[in-house]
Amino acid sequence: MNILVLFVIIPLLMLPALWGCRNINQTRAVMATGSVLLLALSVYLTIDFIAQRNAGETAAMLYTASVTWFAPLNICFSVGVDGISVAMLLLSSIIVFTGTFASWRIKPMTKEFFLWYTLLSLGVYGFFISTDLFTMFMFYETALIPMYLLIGVWGSGRKEYSAMKLTLMLMGGSAFLLMGILGIYFGSGATTMNINEIAAMDNIPANLQYIFFPMTFIGFGVLGALFPFHTWSPDGHACAPTSVSMLHAGVLMKLGGYGCFRVAIYLLPQAADELSWIFIILTTISVVYGALSAISQTDLKYINAYSSVSHCGLVLFAILMLNKTACTGAILQMLSHGLMTALFFALIGMIYGRTHTRDIRQLRGLMKIMPFLAVGYVIAGLANLGLPGFSGFIAEMTVFAGAFGIDDPFHRTVTIIACTSIVITAVYILRVVGRILYGEPENEEHKKLSDATWDERFTVICLIVCIAALGIAPMWVSNLINDGVGNILGNLLASH
Amino acid sequence: MEYTILILILPLLSFLLLGLAGKIMPHKVAGTIGTLTLVAVTALSYYAAIEYFAAGRDASGVFAETMPYNFHWLPLGDTLCIDMGILISPISAMMLIVISTVSLMVHIYSLGYMEGERGFQRYYAFLSLFTFSMLGLVVATNIFQMYVFWELVGVSSYLLIGFYYTKPAAIAASKKAFIVTRFADLFFLIGILIYGYYTGTYSFTPQTDVLATAGAVLPTALLLMFIGGAGKSAMFPLHIWLPDAMEGPTPVSALIHAATMVVAGVYLVARMFPLFIGYAPEVLHIIAYVGAFTALYAAIVACVQTDIKRVLAFSTISQIAFMMVALGVCTSADPHEGGLGYMASMFHLFTHAMFKGLLFLGAGSIIHAVHSNEKSHMGGLRKYMPVTHITFLIACLAIAGIPPFSGFFSKDEILVACYNFSTPMGVFMSIVAAMTAFYMFRLYYLIFWGKSHYEEQLALYERGACDHEPHKPHESPARMTIPLIILAAITCVAGFIPFGEFISSNGRAYTIHIDKGVATASIILAAAGIALATIMYMKGESRITAKINQVLRTPIKAAYHRFYMDEVWMFITKKIIFKGISAPIAWFDRHIVDGSLDLLAKTAQKAGALIRPMQSGNVQTYSIWFLAGVLLISAILFFL
Repeated sequence: MNILVLFVIIPLLMLPALWGCRNINQTRAVMATGSVLLLALSVYLTIDFIAQRNAGETAAMLYTASVTWFAPLNICFSVGVDGISVAMLLLSSIIVFTGTFASWRIKPMTKEFFLWYTLLSLGVYGFFISTDLFTMFMFYETALIPMYLLIGVWGSGRKEYSAMKLTLMLMGGSAFLLMGILGIYFGSGATTMNINEIAAMDNIPANLQYIFFPMTFIGFGVLGALFPFHTWSPDGHACAPTSVSMLHAGVLMKLGGYGCFRVAIYLLPQAADELSWIFIILTTISVVYGALSAISQTDLKYINAYSSVSHCGLVLFAILMLNKTACTGAILQMLSHGLMTALFFALIGMIYGRTHTRDIRQLRGLMKIMPFLAVGYVIAGLANLGLPGFSGFIAEMTVFAGAFGIDDPFHRTVTIIACTSIVITAVYILRVVGRILYGEPENEEHKKLSDATWDERFTVICLIVCIAALGIAPMWVSNLINDGVGNILGNLLASH
Repeated sequence: MEYTILILILPLLSFLLLGLAGKIMPHKVAGTIGTLTLVAVTALSYYAAIEYFAAGRDASGVFAETMPYNFHWLPLGDTLCIDMGILISPISAMMLIVISTVSLMVHIYSLGYMEGERGFQRYYAFLSLFTFSMLGLVVATNIFQMYVFWELVGVSSYLLIGFYYTKPAAIAASKKAFIVTRFADLFFLIGILIYGYYTGTYSFTPQTDVLATAGAVLPTALLLMFIGGAGKSAMFPLHIWLPDAMEGPTPVSALIHAATMVVAGVYLVARMFPLFIGYAPEVLHIIAYVGAFTALYAAIVACVQTDIKRVLAFSTISQIAFMMVALGVCTSADPHEGGLGYMASMFHLFTHAMFKGLLFLGAGSIIHAVHSNEKSHMGGLRKYMPVTHITFLIACLAIAGIPPFSGFFSKDEILVACYNFSTPMGVFMSIVAAMTAFYMFRLYYLIFWGKSHYEEQLALYERGACDHEPHKPHESPARMTIPLIILAAITCVAGFIPFGEFISSNGRAYTIHIDKGVATASIILAAAGIALATIMYMKGESRITAKINQVLRTPIKAAYHRFYMDEVWMFITKKIIFKGISAPIAWFDRHIVDGSLDLLAKTAQKAGALIRPMQSGNVQTYSIWFLAGVLLISAILFFL
């Protein structure tokens, strides 16, 4: 059996298992087992993939398999991975795994929560392994719907409003995306839905590309927090429970970047080349505007959500540079942002769980009260502002060096504007750190609070280790994703 | 020289050990681990430097650079790559000695100074992290590795300034230091990107044929890099973070904000010197003018500060500016033909690290004794703290430029280089040097001479005018005075090191000779500065001093407030960036971008509400609508 199918089968098996759980311990056991299995699977996949590549395997996609599903429309369930998808699968497994521990004590309706959570992760895994446009879209939708319930039921604050807004906006994006996908399918002669086959034919007429590239890019871009379609993100994150925020910002937003790269750029190269400037302007705005907005926020989750707008903006920005280095940087930035933002949301959730407030004006001196969480927060902050030794630095540097490789005034200008985000990021991170962690605790109630429990410590340590590992030894990841990036940009570079 | 890797690995391990397991360690163990690591690092650094210089010059008469390690760390495209490695060259060997010596002294000193402090282990962990980063910076094999460690020293500095994290001033200062230097680093980064793109490498020595084409953009790249260096080295107007950084523990100020990290900018320019001199001499002169202005500005401000650490901070800014000027006035790579400044700058970097470290550690000893930074709480301390007094005096004489102390020799070379460049520059810097002598001796007299604050308080207490007995100042323990004595000894002899034999602008041996005219003039000026300080401050603030203060009230007030530079920056950040840009953007996002989406949703809702009554379930209503529809359609069909 194809190993990739296991990524869908394990969550599928977890669903009835969770359904049958009688108490919280059984639920936890199922979740722990499932997420450990998935993590092990993706680690194995990564190692095996690298081994095959080292052994001289040069096919664009490995572990490919295809089963016809609906012949009249040429829809197949076809799977396959390149280095990029392997990296994304690994990221998803890490976040799903740590997210499980971050919501170890969630109440009420623990079982139902994990059911939706597992369905969400099923969608994510399915999306990353698919090579068929239609199944990819299907899994994409599968990942979006549970979000509505997870936020609407287990969230906090204006949760119904936020859940509705998030779902509607993402569904709006999906509508564009569906049109884009159909456009690609019929534009390429309606013979196949397989991404690699469409790319190999490379026969979509230019005039169709100009119509469908913006649709596809915006469709995925909404999920990647493309300005001005990003406003679901602050509200959605602020109201979502901890592990949902982690999974959403950590993985789901990456679906946007991944989709833009794998579908929009790969299949519509000519239009990408011609129209990229429009989206470069939008993403440059995202990068700087998100960071500047974050400075003025007072809610921890809003700060981090705007920070995500800025960082995910950089992902799309890098993809649109359409050169190998910048696109490698984009993938690194996706991995890095996924891990960092998951860590941030985990820590914010843990702090909120204790203090019942996320307003930075009401928090003070947490370093004295909960040193472990506070130190974790400082490390997350430093990673976020791009300190060498953590993943943020290598990702940003690769993006900037790549973007700087394009020698024309327009690209130079936007790159320099995007670079300023490293200073703005430092401002909002240090502002929060100085405000809530340092100083003397002011609130008497807060002084009685306890530090992290074992499951929380485990979550935080896992994520920090991953961030540092990626930051200290970037070589292997860069090599892993190199082939995929080269392949996707192949059509585009060939046309030059 | 494969063992040099240990110079980096040992402090890193010490950081990890103390950072992860520090909590369960007693203070003594943590301090010992940190200090012993530094002993080993110092031994290795000295050994490496001696071995390097003892190996002698190669056939072309220079000390060949060696690269015991250099591996690819992060590929940036097909040709560019960030490498990590170790490069031993004359200046990096010298920096190894400077950093390890001062760092070791600070480690030993802190055993006494930080005794019993909360977070003692954390303090040593951060010191190890800083030492690791700073050593990594100086042995960098390429500009990007330098940038990597540059950021790491920045963050160690941030962590150490904010060591007393419950103190609001320390929090604000650490934040300010990081953000101001980060702002400068932005330019540094862009400079690196330009450099890398056009030369096709991040190494310090690109191919000559590449340089022929890239030469046109090199001045821009180098200027941007200098701005990065100016941020770290506190050049005007990016100096504002350094005086505030004094909120950190005093030994940290000695190590980071006096001797090592703040000279990173000078080191950067020295590292890129062959490119500066070959392709961008005009940028070097910009550096000289920026440096000269900074030197004067900081010297004026230092003359009127009342917090002793701030005086030292401004003195540091001024002295680093001297080093920058020395590099900037170079007009040739040959030390005999206008390249003297390079050697002078490095020489001053070396001697300054020692005596400024000594001054700060001395100040720490004083602060430890009187529990205050303010000069008004000092005075007459020479009786109570003899060792601190003598060593502080030696450092003051050195910085004032009195022979035979080390500062005289290095500053003399700088002034000679300035006079070679142009007479106005020479005269200007000589005046600043005289001011240095004045403000340092002002400080010295205010601390050690004049009326004793303690005795005054004691008299008040005995008369019953004050209800608690004042704390009697005392000499610091041996752990603190021994580093003072060692640094003072180095300050006494360092001037006689034949520095030009090891380091010069083109690498060939250069014999230092004292220019008699310049030396005499500078001694006379320094003596005049000291004499003025003696008249004004030896017996407390004399009547003349009061008179001068009266006459120059306004300029003194302005200088005391550092010519309102902080207020200008505050205005830019608070008013323009926070209130003028960020807040409106946040508002725009919530009300316009998001508002328009909400409007869309509302419109849909309203439209739904509007047509909902049509679906009333009432058959009569339906039939009316049905009839109306039929009539409308037939009317349309009829008239078309």
